[in-house]
Amino acid sequence: MAYTEDELKKELETKEYEYGFYADIDSETFPVGLDEDIVKAISKKKNEPKWMTEWRLDAFSTWKSMKEPDWPNLKYEKPNFQDISYYSAPKKKPNLNSLDEVDPELIKTFNKLGISLEEQKKLSGVAMDVVVDSVSVATTFKDTLKEKGIIFCSISDAIQNHPDLVRKYLGTVVPKKDNYYAALNSAVFSDGSFCYIPKGIKCPMELSTYFRINQAGTGQFERTLVIADESSYVSYLEGCTAPSRDENQLHAAVVELIALDDAEIKYSTVQNWFPGDKNGKGGVFNFVTKRGICHDRSKISWTQVETGSAITWKYPSCILKGNNSIGEFYSIAVTNNFQQADTGTKMIHIGKNTKSTIISKGVSAGKSQNSYRGLVQISPLAKNARNFSQCDSLLMGNDCGAHTFPYIEVQNKTAQIEHEATTSKIGEDQIFYCNQRGIDTEKAIALIVNGFSKEVLNKLPMEFAVEAQKLLEISLEGSVG
Amino acid sequence: MLEINNLHCKIEGKPILKGINLKINKGEIHAIMGPNGSGKSTLANVISGHEDYEVIKGSIYFKNKEINGLSPEERAHEGVFLSFQYPVEIPGVTVTNFIKTAINESRKSKGLDEMPSSKMLKKIREKASLLEIDSNFLSRSLNQGFSGGEKKRNEIFQMAMMEPELAVLDETDSGLDIDALKIVANGVVKYSNDENSVLIITHYQRLLDYIVPDFVHVIMDGKVVKSGDKDLAKKIEEVGYDWLKKDNS
Repeated sequence: MAYTEDELKKELETKEYEYGFYADIDSETFPVGLDEDIVKAISKKKNEPKWMTEWRLDAFSTWKSMKEPDWPNLKYEKPNFQDISYYSAPKKKPNLNSLDEVDPELIKTFNKLGISLEEQKKLSGVAMDVVVDSVSVATTFKDTLKEKGIIFCSISDAIQNHPDLVRKYLGTVVPKKDNYYAALNSAVFSDGSFCYIPKGIKCPMELSTYFRINQAGTGQFERTLVIADESSYVSYLEGCTAPSRDENQLHAAVVELIALDDAEIKYSTVQNWFPGDKNGKGGVFNFVTKRGICHDRSKISWTQVETGSAITWKYPSCILKGNNSIGEFYSIAVTNNFQQADTGTKMIHIGKNTKSTIISKGVSAGKSQNSYRGLVQISPLAKNARNFSQCDSLLMGNDCGAHTFPYIEVQNKTAQIEHEATTSKIGEDQIFYCNQRGIDTEKAIALIVNGFSKEVLNKLPMEFAVEAQKLLEISLEGSVG
Repeated sequence: MLEINNLHCKIEGKPILKGINLKINKGEIHAIMGPNGSGKSTLANVISGHEDYEVIKGSIYFKNKEINGLSPEERAHEGVFLSFQYPVEIPGVTVTNFIKTAINESRKSKGLDEMPSSKMLKKIREKASLLEIDSNFLSRSLNQGFSGGEKKRNEIFQMAMMEPELAVLDETDSGLDIDALKIVANGVVKYSNDENSVLIITHYQRLLDYIVPDFVHVIMDGKVVKSGDKDLAKKIEEVGYDWLKKDNS
């Protein structure tokens, strides 16, 4: 089959969500709607201490007075927050020692996703805190981590067992009142992951969490808190897939990273929430606040591969508070059909000799809109701050859009800032060239997109890079006959 | 190997080829010459199956099989190779990765397993040294920032790697200095044997000093107006195409 642009477009349109299925896991769900009583009920359900309940209520009262932001380059019907159920947990809340005890439906689900726990356990050496519908159901490799003094558990467990750490750091990087979605999350977060790496410890394995949305009409409000104590190192992986759905699903997560002096946190995400069908129906609304703070000589590196969601609103950021600290952001965002993404980063330079790097790759196909929005801010105290930003966009067909909104605010004359941007299109001539070498159109697109994304893919841990590459292919290729 | 009968074709509604006849046997090297706009590159594209070119009449047989209707990749799998006049850039995809993908896709179409990496590497080294390509070059992005000479050398390198049965070289000599020309020509000569065929499309006869054709054809206004041996190319170099125009009318 030879290639024309029209055919490419058709192909892209016919791509269906591969992981579109719904597992019948028995769940316990709260009635829809949100008020103080619901917030209290969530807190009670989780048997939280009083300070936590009050923290949530404070966030809730702030949220009520806030407005949903309308500055992003996104068009969507605002969710009705009273139509959402704010808590859902698998009924058989398990206390598991082995995989045999996990709900067989759940195992089936994971097998469909190709991320069976057995395989993960055996082959990859990745410890996983599996979050299905907000409550952790299985955690592996706990013992290995325990030996090193590393704490890796659900945030609910952390609130129970490590309240001092949670209380000290929760909401310090993303304050409760930071923004509309962060406030909402602070009030109603159901679960999430917690990780603490003690002083001087290099975490011996990649920490990984898989998130899934699995209950009709249930919003997910994950809360993640990662603390790397002085001179420690951790690489944290987060990956998501979600089942196919008709109505929109809301996801408003908050991730906070704290890198104390000389620590390093590498946070990688592969996001594949259901993007909606080819007519733009359904799909996940993803409003995420991710931010890290760097103390002296520490480093935070965000790497993300975003292929899913109907709407993505996400700006993993670094506050470079410490002197000589480093922030990095590597991103690939792929949009197809009617997907819309407004994503980027913020690099806030406060300390002296702080450095940041931003590499953003956007791939747009179908009728999708893909925006990069980034802020580089150099405060008056940030002497000799440096930033390098590169934003590349790749377009497929004539109906999609790529946008770049860079904001640069410099208040110190010693700063050095570089910004590069390119926009290109996958050409028929490139496809024909590949075809002539015996490479079919589907494979050619994968090759070109992977080439375009290479700088970012290279930043992912090995086992994730392969998965990410597969996702890029799934996201952009149709089932070509 | 290749038999083209009364081939008519148009692009965007405009007729370009108006009855081409051409027969290339196994082991033969043919050259096609002609003034600008005569349809030389169109012929190369039609043979490789470019969809912008619409065949309205006539037939193309490759290895006694009608290939009109096959996709470009299917033709490639059959053994048709086109050395592009303007090779495209693919950022982030290395020369090595590209050729590896190309070879394995062809193997897959024949039901073969992927070529083992060690064997692939050995072959890459062997063919690279033939074309005086250093290993640095192989890890660069395909054609990105390549000089004209490097691009053409890369085309012939890919040809040497893929070992096609028919190689169509579309103005492979354009943009080459004399040293690069010799290297590229040497690559083609080394590749050429009794089992395969070469079709050279060129403006100038200088390439034919190094790759001596068995037959030379002149295309004008979408038709083959004259065929001969290498002396025809020399005559054209001396006196141009005008005398053929008169001949033709």
